[in-house]
Formats: sequence, structure tokens, C-alpha cells
Amino acid sequence: MEFLRPATWEEALAVKAQHPSAVPIAGGTDVMVDLNFDRHRPDALLDLNRIHELHTWQIADDDTVRLGASVPYSKIIDALPDRLPGLALGARTVGSPQIRNRGSVGGNLGGASPAGDAHPPLLASGATVEAASVRGTRLIPIDDFYLGVKRNALEPDELIRAIHIPSATGPQQFAKVGTRNAMVIAVCSFAVALHPRARDVRTGIGSAAPTPRRASEAEAFIRAELDDTGLWTSAGELPLSTAKRFGELVARAAAPIDDVRGSAAYRRHALAVMARRTLLWTWNDHRATGRAAA
Amino acid sequence: MRETLGLTGPKKGCDLGQCGACTVLVDGRRITSCLTFALMHGGREVTTIEGLGGDPEGDLHPVQQAFVDHDAFQCGFCTPGQIMSAVALLAEGHAGDDDEIREWMSGNLCRCAAYPNIVAAITAAAGR
Amino acid sequence: MAALTKPKNLQDVAAPGRDGVGASPLRPDGILKVKGDFAYSSDLWHEDMLWGMALRSPHARARILSVDVSAALAQPGVYAVLTHEDIPGSKFYGLEIRDQPVLAIDEVRFHGEPIVIVAADHPETARRAIAKIVVEYDVLPSIGPVEALDPERYGYVHAPADYKAHAFGNIVHSQHIHHGDGDSAEVRALADVIVRGEYEVGMQDQAFLGPESGLAVPAEDGGIDLYIATQWLHVDRQQMCPVLGLPPEKVRLTLAGVGGAFGGREDISMQVHACLLAQHTGKPVKIVYNREESFFGHVHRHPATMVFEHGATRDGRLVFVKAEIVLDGGAYASTSPAVVGNAASLGIGPYVIPHAAVDATAVYTNNPPCGAMRGFGAVQMCFGYETQMDRLAAELGLDPVELRRMNAMEQGSVLPTGQVVDAPAPVAELLRRVKEMPLPEVENWRTADGPDVRELPGGLSNTTHGEGVVRGIGYAVGIKNVGFSEGFDDYSTARVRLEVIGGAPVALVHTAMAEVGQGGITVHAQIVRTELGVDQVTMAPADTRVGSAGSTSASRQTYMTGGAVKQAAEAVRAVVLARGRDRYGWAPAFAAGLRLAGGKALTAAGEVVADLVDLLGDEPVDETTEFRHRPTEAFDKVTGQGFGHVQYTFCAHRAVVDVDVELGLVKVIELAAAQDVGKAINPLAVVGQIHGGSTQGLGLAVMEEIIVRDGKVRNPSFTDYLIPTILDTPPMPVDVLELADAHAPYGLRGAGEAPTLSSTPAIVAAIRAATGLPLNRVPVRPEHLTGT
Repeated sequence: MEFLRPATWEEALAVKAQHPSAVPIAGGTDVMVDLNFDRHRPDALLDLNRIHELHTWQIADDDTVRLGASVPYSKIIDALPDRLPGLALGARTVGSPQIRNRGSVGGNLGGASPAGDAHPPLLASGATVEAASVRGTRLIPIDDFYLGVKRNALEPDELIRAIHIPSATGPQQFAKVGTRNAMVIAVCSFAVALHPRARDVRTGIGSAAPTPRRASEAEAFIRAELDDTGLWTSAGELPLSTAKRFGELVARAAAPIDDVRGSAAYRRHALAVMARRTLLWTWNDHRATGRAAA
Repeated sequence: MRETLGLTGPKKGCDLGQCGACTVLVDGRRITSCLTFALMHGGREVTTIEGLGGDPEGDLHPVQQAFVDHDAFQCGFCTPGQIMSAVALLAEGHAGDDDEIREWMSGNLCRCAAYPNIVAAITAAAGR
Repeated sequence: MAALTKPKNLQDVAAPGRDGVGASPLRPDGILKVKGDFAYSSDLWHEDMLWGMALRSPHARARILSVDVSAALAQPGVYAVLTHEDIPGSKFYGLEIRDQPVLAIDEVRFHGEPIVIVAADHPETARRAIAKIVVEYDVLPSIGPVEALDPERYGYVHAPADYKAHAFGNIVHSQHIHHGDGDSAEVRALADVIVRGEYEVGMQDQAFLGPESGLAVPAEDGGIDLYIATQWLHVDRQQMCPVLGLPPEKVRLTLAGVGGAFGGREDISMQVHACLLAQHTGKPVKIVYNREESFFGHVHRHPATMVFEHGATRDGRLVFVKAEIVLDGGAYASTSPAVVGNAASLGIGPYVIPHAAVDATAVYTNNPPCGAMRGFGAVQMCFGYETQMDRLAAELGLDPVELRRMNAMEQGSVLPTGQVVDAPAPVAELLRRVKEMPLPEVENWRTADGPDVRELPGGLSNTTHGEGVVRGIGYAVGIKNVGFSEGFDDYSTARVRLEVIGGAPVALVHTAMAEVGQGGITVHAQIVRTELGVDQVTMAPADTRVGSAGSTSASRQTYMTGGAVKQAAEAVRAVVLARGRDRYGWAPAFAAGLRLAGGKALTAAGEVVADLVDLLGDEPVDETTEFRHRPTEAFDKVTGQGFGHVQYTFCAHRAVVDVDVELGLVKVIELAAAQDVGKAINPLAVVGQIHGGSTQGLGLAVMEEIIVRDGKVRNPSFTDYLIPTILDTPPMPVDVLELADAHAPYGLRGAGEAPTLSSTPAIVAAIRAATGLPLNRVPVRPEHLTGT
């Protein structure tokens, strides 16, 4: 197995073009698991650790966070909890403190496991993946990024440079079910983000379908409800019945399976509960901010 | 570390990053070494349990001493990882109260369940 | 790398402190452990060392049609590829019944059964060689515990001609107990209320963190030196010798550091494999399992199905209990017969019940072999009978703790086996104590800054901010035996040497006891200090150069090897005082009344009559002794009657839980225990044992299960076999009683296992209180609580 260690981003792209089957490795917390247990022995590994810029982030003029692909989860929790609250909440549930010092959003996207904790918040934020190759750069909307179980939209010669995530303009939440109070892989997970300026609500479902996905019908429902009842302006209470219906529609959007971690029926049930709760938390946060601002 | 350098302090407990027995510090930050190729940390400073106490016959690091004083281990297999994690936790400023210690030590399993004494040892090392 | 340099823990180690029995001096191995200098069996190195690895069956049940190792042998760097045909001696081993092949012969009976072993210059080489071995299987449908009971239809796990001991027809062992008039019609008629329940306990794993590992070094005399992490050096050797075709004096075992055991190291794992490869290649061979292989490489706790009937009068007096338990023993016997005996004899709990009929059976299946795990058959029954007691209390409209106290055993009570409990049995008192402990705050997750998720079910995963959270409280109490039972001639050996070094008296303690973290070596130093009045005690590494210390299991080591150390120290003292008689002309009666303390010989009144240093001079005293407990007897095959156990120990728990009833997630808020330890030789260590056992019980209650489908293990990793993290482990206040057992050294009671019994049912009882659900199975899963 070759171990390729480019010193610059340009070099990395060139190497990837020459070795399309090389597996990129940064934090290593996902790739190494497969290597240790012999499930996967790629011909080459592409070590991105020498490329400093992948560990940095910038704030664009429009307040979008351009998050380097290798920024560790611990950094996101420390430095970006206000701009990226949903992602920070998701990051806080990843593995252990040790894993969070190495694992990154780029790693989650590269592996595209439906159980990755970054995916639901990215979907709920409306993120964009900046993918680059020797042929140039393209921006892949997160909704188009997940193609199948552990399959993403990257071409073989592409690497993830950064993820563009709009800074939060409203409350965001993330919840995940696991049978222990720490260090669990999601049985299922859910993220929701309110976008008050756009009067939009976006969602992300994890570990309950072949890919991470949005709950489009649920989003359409709640968008319409909030518009029809004038709640965006009135900032009134969100009826429990509305939140419950939202939950049911989120559960309907999932396509879970039975496995050692949980049953499909439980996953649907849990999603409905988490969706209802997180919607109410975000809505009540929104009301509180509004009242505070008033 | 274990085979080439003979540093058998960090342990292989699960090969998955799920137990923390392999925890070491890289430039002062704690990681699970079982999920890392040494080559990926070229140019960085790696600290294992053997590197904590100063000279080989010398005094124990305060965290090591606290673990001894509070009987924060039984079989001791998880202990090097626990101690490295605890050293980092203290540097991170995460020893504010028992809950914070538990949250930030949750990546280190102990099957003998010396957990209550681990919390006590870290609390003592934090000077509370 | 040099030839095996003896790591510091394989040399004599000075025990820190000066304290004797009843104090809490620090562990002799403590400094080594915190410095990373304590060498576990996986940390050993030897020049020219090869790495051993096994090919394991991917099938739960299959005939082996052919094994082709030629490609593996041809791999560069491979030094040996061995099958059963290469075994010089016996092809079988086993703790109670020698039914387990060292390497599979013409069939495999469980997922992960070893078939071929390889020695190579690097673990990666060994792995690649193993991948090249071609085995042809004729896969057969696996036999589970239900099928096992109909062998004519579903097949025999072992051919009937192969059965040994009492095994037959897929049954490894069974024990019936008939107490009073059993559950006859007349007896049933005496009960105003009968409560019936069916229960299930899933397969728990010991999940010790230090993987199976050891280093076998061929010796010049044609023998082998094995450095090994295990629970009983001598019984390992006893099983290895016939396989290797070597006499005991040629097979020398030294205990390397043990990364936890909890029963999972009682059976041998890689010991024989490493020695066979070392014998064959003439080179040292090290074997280390990774975590995945570890899940296949040791026995697990028996999963069990149980049916209980409890009959009582309207005012709460127990009249009879009928209990049936079927333990899934898996493919090989391991310690199933002893587990059956325990389950049967302890199966109705620490209660006075005039009539009982108990049936315990262990069956052979193609599931993973099961054997010893902390609690040993009593854990499963405790879940059953304690759930029944709560059911009965509900049926009678009585308080669950009061119902238990009303029927509680005490000293003088008779067990269903006819054995009288002849030591304090403070069952009611233990319950009273946990009940009266102050309760933790409710809604401790509410803070001024909003909900603290760390205090809520789901924890960091942020699933609730208080919604759906209901508190529940539950109680349980259990009875565990201490020691080996049913007539087993259990003994332990200890050697104590006393001599003057550097002008001061120094004692050396040498036993073969496996220190697995329980703190046994700490206790030995304390005992020697108390008995011989010396401060300086050195602990020698455990090895087979001294006689057997028996198993580190059954909560027996402080009693047995502690007892042996005490006895050896007493023998040393007798020799020392005899010298005083010779030198100073003391009358025998005078000498008999002397004690040793502070380096001196003193009268009872404290008058110094001699200096220990003078009595010793330059002639060390060196005594080796075997210590036995009072004899026990087998349970009668028909009635189950017999003086079967050495000692009984009791623990009670109160569990406080918060349950998110909508998501089915549980947070244990507090797990309080009260336990009688007879005499806390080392109070700090005793509390540590109670914490450890309680936490393993918590794991069984809410998260731990080896999931087996059609004989295949579905979750052999720490990702999917979850054990409690520090965030899952609540505060655990412990109340330790010391009511002496006059038959035991210092009045002590074995302590390690009792806490694993009552912790599980107390937690499940608390979850029932919060949810109102029956919950007949552990571990409790979210699906059980949400009905999905």
C-alpha cells in the first residue's frame, strides 16, 4: 500500500488525478477502522495532514462559513457554536473527545455513511460542498451530494476542499438516539434549522435511510403552516398538534432498516419524537429571541 | 510506538477508537493512536504515558499521583489512556464539576468501573 | 529487542505503606500501572519472537470436508501452520468436561471455533497466510436452545458416543432441587395468590479491556515457559500438559499483567495454541487477539430463559417457589455444570420459603460457548426471583421492600438444598439500609441556564430537554455463594518467607494467585503485616514454582489465598517463636501467648520480650502451606440436597432512574448498594469491587448483549457491544456492613460477585416503576419501552 503525502493542495489534486483509487485520509477516525479490521485495503492512501489550509476556515462577506474539510469537530464546537449551532451540536455527539480532535466534516462527507453526525445539520443548513480536481472547482449542493449507501457525488479525481455553510440566521437543533449516554453511533438522528429571513425550515435525517436525506414533505407542511397562521410575524406559540404532524411527516420521509442497533419501526417512532421536540425547541428559541429583540 | 520504540504504555483495546486505551497526546491534544499512522504526524510532538513523569525514576506527574492516591484503577489496563486523557482534559479546562469531568472522560472505558474514583482523582488534580 | 527482559511487574515488588488488615494501603502494582511500566501479557517481547494467529470458523455448525494449508505454508515469513493432526498429545481440553478440541477436527460447532494456527514473523504475515488457507465446509443448520431439546429431530451438537460426565441428548448438566413438599397440589393449595412469570436474560460478555494474549518461550530442557494473563495458572497447565505431551515440571507458567478477567479468562484461550507453535518452531511465539477475535475467543455469560411461580399467603408469607431455568451453554461444556448447580441452589433467592421445586438445565447448542462470568448462574436467577417478588408485592398490595424483609433469610435459615446458613445473613438489614439512604434530587437536570443534557436520558445526544422524563425507583437483593462448591477439593497455597535484610525484618509473599485488578496482592501484604508485625513486605510474581492458588473467581481469593497467606504467616510465626523458646527458655504456654508487632515479640499486655531481628538472625524462615475451607458435598442428583457451598454473601441495591418514556432511553441517576463483607480487609478495595460489580449489572440491565442469530455473532465490537462509559455510571453510595463469618479468615466474606446480582433487577424495577411496563427481559432496549 502506497502512502502519498502531498505538501500542498495543488500537489494533492495532482496526486489524486494520478491515483484515482487512492483513499484520502486526514483525521483517520473512519478510514483507519476499515484498515484495522482488514475490511478494505486500498492500493494507496492520500495523506492530507500536511495541507494546513484544510484546517482553517474563513467567513465570507455574506456571512457564509467556508469550513476547511479537515477542521476537527473539537474546533467547530469551540470556535463556531454561534455561527454553526446545529453542526456544533452534532459535533458534540461524535465519538469521544479524542475522536473529535481528529474527525472532521470532510471525513464524514468523504465516507458518506448514512450514520455520520455531520450530515443532518449540513442538510438543515443548506450547505454546499466545494470539490476540486485538476480540472477545476465545483460547488455541489448538499442535497445533491449523497447518491447511495456510502456513495457520494465526487468524481474519482476530486477531493473536498471545504464546506460552505451559511451562518445561522435562526435557531438550529440536532438530536440523535443511541443506547448509551456517550460515544454512540446513531440509531437515528435528526437536525432542524429555522431560517426566519427566508421564512424557511430545513431538516436532515440520519441513519434512517440509505443516505442522509431531508424530510421534504415535512418541511413543506411546516412552511405552509407558519405562513398560513402568520406565526413568523406574530411569534406566537406553535401548537403541539402542528409539531406532532411535523414529526409524523418526518418519520414518513425515512426508509429505515432493522439491524443490530435498532428496528425500523423504532427508528420511525424515534424520528417522529425527535422531530417534534427539536421543532418546538427551535421555535421557542426563535420566539424568545424575537421577544428579546423587541 | 509499541513495537518499534518499545513504548508499551499505550494499549490496544479495541482497534476502533472506541475504548480510549490507546490515548496519547499530539502537540498536547489527545487522540486515539490506534486510528492514526505515525507518518501522519510528521514533525509533531507525541507524548505517551512514559513521557509524563519527567525522569524515569522521578516523581509522578500530579495526575498519576492523584490516580494512585484515589485508587482510580483496578486492573490498570485502561489507566495509561485515562491518565493521558485526564491530563489533556485539565489543560482544556474541562474539570469544572463532576458532570463536566464525566462528559470529557467519556471516551475512556473502564470495565473494572473505577469511574467514581477516576472522577475523584481528576477533581483532586484540578485542585478542587 | 533483547531476549525477554523481565518487566518490573515480573520481578519482586515492594508493597507500599505499613498498614495491616482493615486499612487501605495502596496497591503494590499501582505506581507501575500509572507509569505505564506494568507489562500486560500483550506487552511482552522476546528476541526472535514469532506471532501466532488462528483461522476461525465463519460458520456456527459445519462439517469440515477438507483443509488445504499449502498456500499458507508457502508464504514467506511463515514458520508453522498447524492443524489438529499436528497435536502431539490429547486433542481436547476443558475445565469440567474435556469436550473442547484444541483445534477443530472434523466439524465446527460454533462461530469462531479455531481450526488452524499459524506462526509467522509478523502479525500481518500471519493474517495473510491465514487468508490463503482453504477450508471446505458442509454447512449445517445451527442448533439453538429450543432445538437442542429435540435432538432426534434437530440433531446432536456432540455425537452421543462423545458425551462425558452426565451429559446426554444435548443436555450438559441438570440439577433438580426438591425442598419441603416441592410444588405439590397440597402446597399450592396453601397459597392464596400465585404469580407466574417468564423471563429472559441475554448473553452478556466480560469485555475485559486487555485482550487475550501471552508469550510461549521454548526452554532448553524441551519444556515451555508461558507468560500469560489468566485466572488460574495451575488449571491452565493441567489442561495444557496432556495436549503438549509434557509433564507439569516442564511447563512453567508465570502470570503476566492481566487486563481484567471477570470469568472470561477461566477457560484457556490462546495458551495451548502459543505453546504448540513454540514447540513446533523452537522459537518464542506471542499471540494477541484483537477486540473482534476476543469476542470469539472466550466464553460468555449463559443466556437463560426462566419460568417462575411464587405462591404466598394474603399477608405476604411465601409458601412455595417453582423455578425452571434453561441455560444456553453453547458448543462446549466449559463450566456449565457448576453454573447449573449455582443457579439451582441459589435460584429462589435470600428468602425463607418452606417449599420449593427448582430445575436448572444447561444445553449444548451451536451458539458461542458460555461459562464463567462474575455472578455465575446466580445473576440470571436473581433477575427472575426479584422480578417475581415485585410482581407478588403488586398482587398483594404490599410494599416491595417490606415483602422482601418479611420473608428475608437470616442466620439459621435453611436453603432449599437443606444447608443451614450458619453465618450472619443480614438480608432485611441490607434492604432497610438502601431504602433509608437519602434520595437524590429530582429534576437535577434543571438549571438556571436551561436543561443540562448530561443529567438527562440520552445524555450528550440531546434527545430531551425534560420532555417525557419520568423517575422510577427500584429495589433488589441477592444471594451469592463464595468459593467452589459441590465437594470440589479447593485449596490455595502460599509461601511466606521472613528474613533480615539491611538490618530490618522483611517478608516475602509468593503465591500463584492471579491478580486481575481485584487487589489480592495488596491484601496479602496487609495480612503478613498483621500476622508478623513487619512493615516491609515484598510480593513475588505469581508463577507455578509455588503450588496452586486456585482460581481468581467465585469471590474466593481473599478467603482462600488470603487464608493461605495467613496460615503460612502463622507457620512462620510459630517457627520464630519456637526459636525464642529455644534461645530464651520460654515455657510453651508463655510462647503460645506471644504476638508479633512492630518488629518485636510481645506479650498480650504489650511487654516486649524479644526483637524479631534477633530471633531471625541470619536464618530466614520460609514456610509453604496449603489452606482449605471446610468440606462441601455434591447436591443429591434427585433431591438436590447437600452441604454444597462454603459461604454465602448478600448485597442489596436501590436504583433511581430517569426514563424518557417516549424514546425509551434510560439514565441511571443513582445506584446505591449495601453489602455485608464480613470483614473489610481493605475498605477502599472492597468499595471498588462493589462499584465494579454494580456497573456490570447496570450494563446487563440497559445495554449489554451479544446478539446471536442462527449461531452467528452479530456485534463483535465495542461499537455495537456497548459497556457503560463514565457518563453512564451514576454516583454509587455504598454501605458496607461487617458481620463476621466465624468460619472464614478474619471473619471475611467474599465480595466481588454479589453486587452484580441485585444491581440489574433493581434498575429494571426502577424502569418498570417509571413506565408501568412488565419488562421480562434484560437488557432492556428502547424498543421494549416504546412498544415498537
